[in-house]
Amino acid sequence: MEILLQLFLSFAKVGLFCIGGGYASMPLIQNEVVDGHHWITMHEFVDIFTISQMTPGPIGINAATFVGAKIAGIMGAIAATAGFVFPSVIIMLLMAYLYFKYGDLGIIRGVLNGLRPAVVALIASAGVGIMTLAFWDKADLPISLAETNIRGVVIFLISMGLIYSGKMGTIKVLLLSGVLGLVIFSLTSGL
Amino acid sequence: MESNNEEKIQVVTTENEHIEPVKLWTLFKSTFMISAFTVGGGFVLIPLMKAKFVDEYHWISDKDSLNLVAIAQSSPGVVAVNASIILGYRMAGMAGMFTALFATVLPPLIMLTAISYFYEAFASNYYVKMLLKGMQCGVTAVILKVVIDLLVKQFKKKLVLPLLIMIGSFIGAYVFDINIMYIILVDAIVGVVLMQSAKYD
Repeated sequence: MEILLQLFLSFAKVGLFCIGGGYASMPLIQNEVVDGHHWITMHEFVDIFTISQMTPGPIGINAATFVGAKIAGIMGAIAATAGFVFPSVIIMLLMAYLYFKYGDLGIIRGVLNGLRPAVVALIASAGVGIMTLAFWDKADLPISLAETNIRGVVIFLISMGLIYSGKMGTIKVLLLSGVLGLVIFSLTSGL
Repeated sequence: MESNNEEKIQVVTTENEHIEPVKLWTLFKSTFMISAFTVGGGFVLIPLMKAKFVDEYHWISDKDSLNLVAIAQSSPGVVAVNASIILGYRMAGMAGMFTALFATVLPPLIMLTAISYFYEAFASNYYVKMLLKGMQCGVTAVILKVVIDLLVKQFKKKLVLPLLIMIGSFIGAYVFDINIMYIILVDAIVGVVLMQSAKYD
């Protein structure tokens, strides 16, 4: 029981102090679970980081779940995740309240007017990152056109066509692209 | 277009008691699926949420969703979780918030607890890799569509300052890998100083 409470508090601390997304939370998590409480080793932590990146879901939540599960099973996973999101709930409710109440004020409006284009840029940046990862297996430039994953591009184009045709919802397209990956990549693996 | 969206939002947010259970279930289902099938951080999940909530269901306007995502990004915590909390709250009050929150954390909770028991086998499994690789290509398509739509909208407004912010932020984030918090901070300051006028709304 005590370990669950500690997990909750440790991850609440991480949730409160991590600013800037999943990757920013990693050093904080390390500080709590590896250096602070010695719950897991550095080697295990690196594994957790890798798995969190390759499994679906937000990276920070993945890491919290995994650490919690390793230390105290399913209850540990729940405690760590609950702790992680607890500060978010409080802060977001407060922000939502302020936004709806004062969102029309000049200063707040200015901030949001400045941030909207920035969000578009950040989404585009993540988009380009995942595109190079999908087609060239690396997140950064430079890329070599000769090494383009043609089969990946084919799956991308099929997905794009389905999205623009408007006949298939987002999630169905995602699932289909996974199945296509399984089929196309396995069938052509010898080529 | 914009006013059309405004009307729809009022329908779903003014009277929280009148929200159909179907809508919360739909919110849960779509958020759960997005979280369950999307590999990557917050800015991969957010365009998917936008594709679903804004473009498919029209539960929330373009501008509102970008405002809320900006708030989610500037606050402490996991961006995807913050975004699901504040978007859920906007769309369906407290019930919407908890629905979206649970739907976001439940898939990782189930999946990673299971994987934690046999993670080496999982990480090196060939078929898992192929499946994830295929999905990566599909996600790329979804994000690209969202980005193109947003860019077209921005360019149509023919305002110089938002375009400069967009280009500058993109270069900062992608080319120079500058910490997102600094980018947010600079853009917020530019916004306060130069963009309080109604034409930027």
